[in-house]
Formats: sequence, C-alpha cells, structure tokens
Amino acid sequence: MNTNTSRASSRGSIAILGTGLAGMGHAGGATEQEIIAQASCQAIARSGLRKADIDGIITASLTSPWWVMRMAEYLGIRPRFSDSTMFGGSAFIAALKIAQLAIDAGECENVLICYGATPRSAPSSSKINQMRAELDPQPYEHPYKAFNPVSSYALAAARHMYEYGTTREQLAEVAVAARQWARLNPDAFSKKPLSVDDVINAKMISDPFTTLDCCLVTDGAGAIVVTSAQRAKALHAQPIYVLGSGFAHWHRQISCMEDLTVTPAVESGRKAFAQAGLRPADIDVVQLYDAFTINPILFLEDLGFCKKGEGGAFVSGGRIAPGGAFPMNTNGGGLSCVHPGMYSLFLIIEAVTQLRGEGMARQVNGAQTALVHGNGGVLSSEATAILSSEL
Amino acid sequence: MTDIGTPQSAAAQACDQRYFGALAEGRFEIPRCNSCGKHHFYPRLCCPYCGSQDLQWVAPSGLGQVYSVTIVRRADGDYTVVLIDLEEGPRLMSRVVGMPVEQVRIGLAVRARIDATEDGPLLVFTAQEGRA
Repeated sequence: MNTNTSRASSRGSIAILGTGLAGMGHAGGATEQEIIAQASCQAIARSGLRKADIDGIITASLTSPWWVMRMAEYLGIRPRFSDSTMFGGSAFIAALKIAQLAIDAGECENVLICYGATPRSAPSSSKINQMRAELDPQPYEHPYKAFNPVSSYALAAARHMYEYGTTREQLAEVAVAARQWARLNPDAFSKKPLSVDDVINAKMISDPFTTLDCCLVTDGAGAIVVTSAQRAKALHAQPIYVLGSGFAHWHRQISCMEDLTVTPAVESGRKAFAQAGLRPADIDVVQLYDAFTINPILFLEDLGFCKKGEGGAFVSGGRIAPGGAFPMNTNGGGLSCVHPGMYSLFLIIEAVTQLRGEGMARQVNGAQTALVHGNGGVLSSEATAILSSEL
Repeated sequence: MTDIGTPQSAAAQACDQRYFGALAEGRFEIPRCNSCGKHHFYPRLCCPYCGSQDLQWVAPSGLGQVYSVTIVRRADGDYTVVLIDLEEGPRLMSRVVGMPVEQVRIGLAVRARIDATEDGPLLVFTAQEGRA
C-alpha cells in the first residue's frame, strides 16, 4: 500500500472503471431505489468486477437521511467504507475526493458511487416538500416567499448583470448551446430546436430568469465504480484517471453568500488544478453543472477559463455549442439532457464517455482531459475534478 | 439593550424567538459582538466573525441599500425578493414595498419598516424619501 499521502503522489491515484445509467427521462413507474440499483449493477458489470468485489459505497438522497444504508442493503453490499455527505448537487464530484482518500488509505478497494431520483414520474408531494423545509429551516429567508432555488440564482444573475454588464442574450446562449448538444445525444430529454429569442420570450418566473433558463425536472440514475489506478489497468481497457479533485462550501443560504458573483468554485478549482498539475488551457472538454444559465458563466470565471466578469462574452457566438472552440456540456447538460434533483454524477459519466471516444455524434475529437464541476444548494457547495485517459 | 446571554441561558434567549419577539413589539434589533464590535445577521449565539459569545442586541439605523433584486412572478401578483446591505454591515433577505416592482433597482437606498402580515410581523424596506 502506498503510504505517501502527499499531493504529488495522490495525482491520478484512482481511476473510474464502468459507468451505468438507468431510468433516464421517465423511469416508467420504477422507484429511485430500483433505477439506482439498475445503474449500479450495469456499472459493476462494465468494471470487470463482481458485486462481491465492491467494498465501498458513496451515495446521498434529497429525502432520506438513511440512504447509504438503504442502498447497500438493497444491493446486497456490506461495505468496509461508506459515506453519505450531503453537499447537494455537487456531492458526487466531492465523492471522488472522498473515495480517493479512502482508497489511498487502504480503507477499501472498489467504491460504487451512485445516485438517482424520479421527480418527473413521482413528483414530491406537498407533504414531502413541507417535511424537507421543516428539516432544514431557514426562518430568515422563508417569510419572503422566494421561488427557490430559482430566485436565489436569479439574485446572483442580477448582480452579475449589474456589476459586469452581462446580458439577457448571453444567459440565453447557455441554454441554446445546451439544446444543440442535446440534439446529438440519444439519451437527452429535450430536443426541440431552441433560439435565444425563445429563451428570452418564455414565461418569466423570477427575473431575469424565464422557464428556459432553468434546468429540467426528469427521472434518472447514474453509477460509477472507482478503484486504485494500479488495479484499474488490469480490470479495464480504458480506465479514466482522476488527476485531481477538490470541494468547498462557504454558505448554505443565498443571504449569507459574501459576493454573489464569486462562488466556492474558486477554491474547489484551485485544489483540483493543483493536485492535477494542470492549467485551464490543458483541458479538452468541460462539463459544468448548469442548474441555471448563470451557473456556467460564474464557473468559467471562477475556474480560471476567463477573467471575472467576462463569462457572458465567453459563452457567446456559439463558442460553447457543437462546432465551437470550447466544447462544454456535451450531453446537453441539466438544461436539456437530464436533471433528477442532483446532477453531478451525470457530468462525470459524460466526461468518461468523451474521454473513451464513445460520444458518437457529439464526440469531441481527441479529447484526453476533461474538467467536471458540480454545484450544490444555492451556489453553496462546489466540487471540481480533472479526469484524463492518460496518467 | 439586552445581553444575548451565556450558553446556560441559551434556551431562554433563543435567537429566533428573541428576534421575532422584538419584531412583534415593533422593534428591529440585531446582535452586535462586544468582543470584535461587528454586527451580524441572521442572529446567532456565537459571533460568526470571532467566535465570542459576548453579544448584545442593538437597534440598527434601519438604513441600507439593495444589493440584489429579483421579481417573483405569480398569478396572484408579482413581488420583489431582495438582499439588503444594512448600514451596519450585515446582509439580509427582504422585500421592497411601496413602489412598482420594476422600479426596485440594485443600489436603491432603503429604510426598514415592520409590516403586519397574515403570517405575522415582517421586516420590509421602502425607498428612502428623495433617494428613489
């Protein structure tokens, strides 16, 4: 066992093996537990492993605090290591760091990371929504009846527009590019052609956001298996190495965010790039959690792909769309592909697809390095990882 | 001015109860730290800047500025959700009332007011006279 825990040695110390997807779009009556199990068994089978080889599990749920125990029980896994830290939507990229620490420390060998939900086919009852609010009370925000999470992100967008002159059209470009990528992806949910005018003229829900600035609400489950880089070579023809990762959280509620134009992605990105020993210019394809159209603009700035305030111009003119100079969110993103409550695991799976050259019509030619970035809460928690087909 | 209290008195002086109790009596009060001198919001039993538990409830000036604004569009009427930066430093979520929602802009100078609503007393803000 490698006992050297310095950053240099942990670069690329774990790798992603198989991935699985299930219940994408509409799960047809299956429960979230059932589609997570389907995605998990697919990921394990594609990893060259048997279920008995899985000795670590990481998952989280928006509803059940007992989730990792429920999923391990359902799958018939007795983990040596487990974790269920709730960071919101960024959780499954943060899980790459947690898995790396556990594997490097010798706590376990093969970790299943899985998540799914069915908010489209089985919408939360008002009773469940009320329970969630009671379990996570926000008495100083709740009385103002923000339409959350939309309004919290809208406040960030409004401030970015005020400080940097970011325009309504630039926000819309993010949704339009996502839709163009989705039209190339057989697994994507929304494929109707979309224009900047369509986005701007859709129903306004919390200024400056219309319905088309907001991510989908779909069913879907994903799973991946990670193991040490050393074991990965023997198990899989194309292991995808996790060169670096990092996560950070600075607040829970939008009213406690210090600067609405600067997210904890500054910190998570710095950690991930430092561990990987790479810079933004080294990245071939980028997957950024696009819960709302402002998100990728903020993250491109905070991760160092452009300067603060220049994100709006950066995404314009088809640059992030198919055929553009900066391929981003190549599955169609949370805006047009899939979004079952928490999305970051799907960012990882799309990056792995691209790095293995399996993207078919949406394949980015020659992609060897990918950056994935997840967001949770209301710009509250951010997690970044840098993946590569080469060590 | 009332001491927020020692840890032993936390239950009797629970912050939410103290804050909303004062609002119900027509007083807008927030905690200030006697150790580092900073005001904070939302109210806590420990200063989020220095960790001191030596805190005091004080009445802020009630003056502030809109840091950001969104208009929530509802079938039964539009309203604003704003973040206000108080003169004393802390930021809080609120609503600007008494003017058309489209005219509520970032940078607007505002003054606190306590409104009686169906759900109880609510801290809201109005444009400072002559500065709208």
